[in-house]
Amino acid sequence: MSKHKGSSADPALTDDGPIRRFLNATEIDTRMIGMIAALLLIWCAFDIASGILRGNFGGLLGGSFLTPRNLWNLLNQTASIAIMTTGMVLIIVMRHIDLSVGSMLSLVAVAGAVLQVYELAPDLGVGHWAIWIIAIVAILALGTLIGAFNGFLTAYAQIPSFIVTLGGLIAYSGVAFLLAKGETVAPMDKTFKVLGGTIPASWIGPFWTWTLSLIACAVIVLAIINGRRQRIRFRFPLRPVWAEVTLAALGSITVLGAAWIVNSYPWPPKLAENYAKENNIVIPPGIEDRAGDAICMAADKVVRCVEGLSFGTGYAAPVLVAFAIGIIMTFLATRTRFGRYVYAAGGNPEAAVLAGINTKMLTVKVFALMGFLVGVSAIISSARLDAATNALGGLNELYVIAAAVIGGTSLAGGLGTIYGAILGALMMQSIQSGMGLLNLPAAFQNIVVGSVLVIAVWLDQIYRRNVK
Amino acid sequence: MASTPLIEMRDISIAFGGIKAVDHASIDLNPGEVVGLLGHNGAGKSTLIKILSGAYRRDAGSIFIEGKEVAINNPRDAKALGIETIYQTLALADNVDAAANLYLGRELRTPFGTLDDVAMEAETRKVMHRLNPNFRRFKEPVIKLSGGQRQSVAIARAIHFNARILIMDEPTAALGPQETAQVGELIKQLKAEGIGIFLISHDLHDVFDLADRLVVMKNGKVVGTARTSDVNHDEVLGMIIAGKCPPSAVPGPGALQSAA
Ligand SMILES: Nc1ncnc2c1ncn2[C@@H]1O[C@H](COP(=O)(O)OP(=O)(O)O)[C@@H](O)[C@H]1O
Ligand SMILES: [Mg+2]
Repeated sequence: MSKHKGSSADPALTDDGPIRRFLNATEIDTRMIGMIAALLLIWCAFDIASGILRGNFGGLLGGSFLTPRNLWNLLNQTASIAIMTTGMVLIIVMRHIDLSVGSMLSLVAVAGAVLQVYELAPDLGVGHWAIWIIAIVAILALGTLIGAFNGFLTAYAQIPSFIVTLGGLIAYSGVAFLLAKGETVAPMDKTFKVLGGTIPASWIGPFWTWTLSLIACAVIVLAIINGRRQRIRFRFPLRPVWAEVTLAALGSITVLGAAWIVNSYPWPPKLAENYAKENNIVIPPGIEDRAGDAICMAADKVVRCVEGLSFGTGYAAPVLVAFAIGIIMTFLATRTRFGRYVYAAGGNPEAAVLAGINTKMLTVKVFALMGFLVGVSAIISSARLDAATNALGGLNELYVIAAAVIGGTSLAGGLGTIYGAILGALMMQSIQSGMGLLNLPAAFQNIVVGSVLVIAVWLDQIYRRNVK
Repeated sequence: MASTPLIEMRDISIAFGGIKAVDHASIDLNPGEVVGLLGHNGAGKSTLIKILSGAYRRDAGSIFIEGKEVAINNPRDAKALGIETIYQTLALADNVDAAANLYLGRELRTPFGTLDDVAMEAETRKVMHRLNPNFRRFKEPVIKLSGGQRQSVAIARAIHFNARILIMDEPTAALGPQETAQVGELIKQLKAEGIGIFLISHDLHDVFDLADRLVVMKNGKVVGTARTSDVNHDEVLGMIIAGKCPPSAVPGPGALQSAA
């Protein structure tokens, strides 16, 4: 209630409420807390709603949303959009837009598939070890090149990025159609498919999931300690110790909780059975007289189907790639000159030029980076589908832009965070998956997703006005 | 007068579309000298000094530093020659903090090549302390700062990198009387260190107080140049308003022909 009455020098000593004191002390971004709260709220609502409409499938609140199975799928489905949205943040921060990412994804995925299926497989032999490496390098290189081309037209030919990439949106999918000759290009190389997250080889299992998570916890703690050391070294104001401990605990709990959830999702029974047969693991009694796949669909029943023979999936490759990209992009955005220049140029392009920054080259780099990330997503999407078509990336540009904007990226430029955009992508995907679980018709889903975008931006503006 | 000036801009011209913003203007500056640049809004003062700072490319003319012709094609070139500028618009990146602005384009980096934000903030605290001891808002984007605080950041950026030549385009426009006096002290101090300063100001008192010489511009042309001790306020006002060059000033191409 009480706002800053007497202006005290130390914010921690003012008579603010406990929540504000906590936020001040931990220096957590309040907007992020809002987003996480909204996300959790949406998850709970879907779990309850699905419980009422479809019955209990082991969800935390009696539905089928808050189950390891659904959350695991949610992460996998989010990966491709989340990866691209980290690049879109930087583009929008620089006051540009890239409408061509969906078509570009189709194009580079089709190109990669044509290379694998029609060129490399016949030449080297199906399943040759080099195929996936060549395909990945080619896809990433092509994506980067197309992105750089978009950036070049924007920066040096001075065509507005909206027009350049609107042209790209139309043209690149045309190229993809011609390359694919209008057909579905399949199947992908078997090693390449590992990056899609649909086969056992792309699941790292509980051991590595726990190992990676523990490493992540250690990194969080070390980062907090290092930050404190730096502040002491330069005699900057310190966060209270309890706030540091709380931050470390919250971070670690989130990491370990996520690991626990993905480890709780067992392999589908058919795969578990095959794996057991191949590796001479004794199949426990009861599995042969299983009625069929249908009863094994929901998480808790899956476990029952293969009692005694359940393998945790752990994280799948696309999610790990998305995490890695998220970390690298956050590092680029906040810890490097490149990122500093992107934000400075977005905040005041003229000032950036006067400071001696080559903003044209910077624009090319940002678009090239976007193209690279589209390449990464193209690999994941085509590996996941085990095929590529000219429609693979359809509408992706809109989801990517929406995720960035929901995540707090301002179209006016200069403002936006990588983690916010990733949360935005997760929120979009949660809403779509949730409505899918409820069997809502696609038309209705579109209405909701569109409305959420508009409402999110509206709320964001109210928030910003009140914070200032 | 010194034999070779620290800086000499000779016969500089630039046009935007049809407008001759600067038209055959020549000015010079000696080490440890403050030259005031005066003129109405739109006279071409900012444009002329932006050519020196590398923000604009001149259409014609040449620039000499210590007698040697130099190529200034972009802001980096100018900074490499020791020319620092406080722009009229301040040219701050609004959405990043004071330290990021101070070091924009010349960031301090750790041995790993990453930004050394802590070191930059520590240095910024030192510089800002000299200019504005009450300044505390180091973590906030500069858009949230007051006009005076923003101006302090812009000034700090210009003086932090050992400039030889300092360009100040209306540096006290957003400052209160006390801060303005502080900038006056700073100018005297920098002058004593041998730095040459171009001072653009609307305030005649400031110019008479701080400048050794003054140059008046009108419609992109130099009306005349005079030692501040040789002219009075009324004569300078006459130069600014009517382009009348008094006998004690050296007339430029923009001087009224009839006046002699
Ligand atoms: N970037 C630009 N594009 C077009 N015209 C400009 C530009 N910069 C300055 N001008 C014009 O040049 C003239 C001189 O402006 P300026 O140098 O800002 O004057 P002063 O600083 O003396 O007030 C004005 O007529 C102005 O409109
Ligand atoms: Mg001006």
